[in-house]
Amino acid sequence: MLGSALFAEGFEVQDAPLYGAERRGAPMLAYVRASHARIDERGVVREPDLVAVADPSLFDLPAGVLSGVRNETVLFAVTDRTADELKSRLAFSGRLVALSPPAEAGHELAGTLCAAAAARLLGIVSRSALERAINSELSSLGAERVARSRAFAVATYEALAEHGGSVREGGDVAFEPNRRPEWIELGGEPVLLSAPAIHAIQTSRLNPTGAWRVARPVIDYSECHRCHWICSSACPDAAIVLGDDGAPLVDLEHCKGCLICAVECPWHAIQIEPERRGHGAEESSA
Amino acid sequence: MNRVLLTGNAAAAWGARLSEVDYVPAFPITPQTEIIELIAELVDNHELSARFVTLESEHSMITAAGAAAATGVRVFTATSSQGLLYAMEMLYTVAGWRVPLVLVNVSRGLSAPITLEPDHNDVFAARDSGFLQFHCSSCQEVLDTVILAYRVAEHPRVRLPAIVNLDGFYLSFTREPVEIPELVAVRRVLPAYSAGSTRFAADEPTSQGVAVLGGSAYSYFRYEAHLASLAALEVHADAVRDFEDEFGRNYAAVDEYRADDPAIVFVMIGSFATKARQAVDRLREAGIDVGLVRPRLLRPFPTEAIASVLEGKEAVIVVDQNLSAGKGGVLHAEIASALYGRARAPRALLSFVGGLGGRDIAPEELFEMVRVARDSVATGRVPPPRLLFSAQDLREVRRLQALAAAPSATAQFSRAPARPENGDPRRTAEGGTS
Repeated sequence: MLGSALFAEGFEVQDAPLYGAERRGAPMLAYVRASHARIDERGVVREPDLVAVADPSLFDLPAGVLSGVRNETVLFAVTDRTADELKSRLAFSGRLVALSPPAEAGHELAGTLCAAAAARLLGIVSRSALERAINSELSSLGAERVARSRAFAVATYEALAEHGGSVREGGDVAFEPNRRPEWIELGGEPVLLSAPAIHAIQTSRLNPTGAWRVARPVIDYSECHRCHWICSSACPDAAIVLGDDGAPLVDLEHCKGCLICAVECPWHAIQIEPERRGHGAEESSA
Repeated sequence: MNRVLLTGNAAAAWGARLSEVDYVPAFPITPQTEIIELIAELVDNHELSARFVTLESEHSMITAAGAAAATGVRVFTATSSQGLLYAMEMLYTVAGWRVPLVLVNVSRGLSAPITLEPDHNDVFAARDSGFLQFHCSSCQEVLDTVILAYRVAEHPRVRLPAIVNLDGFYLSFTREPVEIPELVAVRRVLPAYSAGSTRFAADEPTSQGVAVLGGSAYSYFRYEAHLASLAALEVHADAVRDFEDEFGRNYAAVDEYRADDPAIVFVMIGSFATKARQAVDRLREAGIDVGLVRPRLLRPFPTEAIASVLEGKEAVIVVDQNLSAGKGGVLHAEIASALYGRARAPRALLSFVGGLGGRDIAPEELFEMVRVARDSVATGRVPPPRLLFSAQDLREVRRLQALAAAPSATAQFSRAPARPENGDPRRTAEGGTS
């Protein structure tokens, strides 16, 4: 959205996601470069002028959110915390703009809010360019959802008026004679160390694939007939274990929310509930 | 003038669309899948009148592509890394059948270890197969090169399949401004495929057999394919001229950027070459004259064009984003052989290997390469090839190695798993958390 808005304003643009749709459940990032001249640099922006964080639980994960951030970098976060709280927690002394997500906005709008905030903070994107970008980028979602996204975007754009243009235009990649790479000579190492093989047992238990869920199965034990564990057998991930009394228990650390159990249960005893935003990371650390 | 933001994958799909391809055998693989998804949508919406077929593997996909091309239709397909290698025997076979088609390869490093990110080892594995090979460094170039590749591949003096390479992530998923040509203009540069004797029609069925041959005959046919590839240099030059007349964009076999006068030049291909272009500009602003030589065509290898721009240079910095284990960078060796024996061949032909698995090549690394080149010119000593790796890279690897070897990870699960109680799998009978 931001890239398209900048392009509409006449800038040369380069934008890309890193593992955009390919890695649900893991931190994702996208970067945008805008310039008056042709853009020759490639890859993830090393020293961003602006970082917009859609999900503040990312600060608690090894997601590299603050990588390359300097005091001149403006940080923006969609968060219920205040800017001061977040600045103090992150030990960041630059400008941090916090925006509380509107109650009616689901977290599918966080990206839109970030694009709108970025547009305002950059100071070089007009409201109309932002709206046109949202219309074109989200057109496949249908007119109603596009209108809703646009409304939230415009509200965010207006709400951040006092921070408008606070992102400074950065310089080109510069030749700094004193900034030299720390090249090393890599020596040959014994194969036990230098082969990319990991040998271990039961490693799948270590991976909390439950973080991938967008909806969870909830067993209604008043309806559950303790059949011959159809739900447990049907679960492709062995994520339904049995308690001592034969009652099926969903292993929420590993349940990916495929909901096959809910479909297979002959007693319709399994309900489907949407996952809470951010898997409670922000609330639990409050 | 229709200038829009397109990813490299979308640009490739546009290239196929504007080339009015007839048949698209497809199989998905990261990072090219978006190409065939876009083409499938175009076919579904009747915006591209082509037959789109999914095969069960890339090996079958290339077989289907070659067979269809042998019946005289224009064929497009796409793959990457593991998929390209899975099809490897068919790449040689299809080239040996002497049929034209365009295979877009979205470069991705090869397993093992597994990566999704780009380098050029995959496309270089196809180097000797007989396929023509084009390398793009922008999304615009991807779109335009697909069209050019058909024009060259289908020429009666060539009749060889072609690979058009773009880097995964840095081009495939990255949007850049691209001018989309008008179809009527493309048709002036790329006429309909005239299959000649290579055709099949339902009312004129025929079969194609390929004989099993011995030494003399086998040699003849392989030599002819090689000569056809060499002939493609001239065919390509004509196509480039026509393309430039029509669209104003030049795609000569070797792109020379500020490379005439300086004593030192980079040689790089692919998307990272623009980083070298940036380095050239920054260094020149600081009073250090360097240039960039970027081959767009690697098969056929533009020997004369490369030799003529590199002759007389004092130092040449070859940056390989590939590694032939046990030898070194492939491009470096090819450049060396193109220069050998020439009177004014540069004495310092430096080799740097980097960018494997998508590892970034930082601006300061490119600047440092120039420092090394200047030292080499001053001292007369040429350093050995360098594998680009920093203290930070090693720290990152050591961290991962420590995690992989961590005793706590395996010890925790050597006991039988604890039974969950009170309906919460996270609480065990011992009261700890699992």
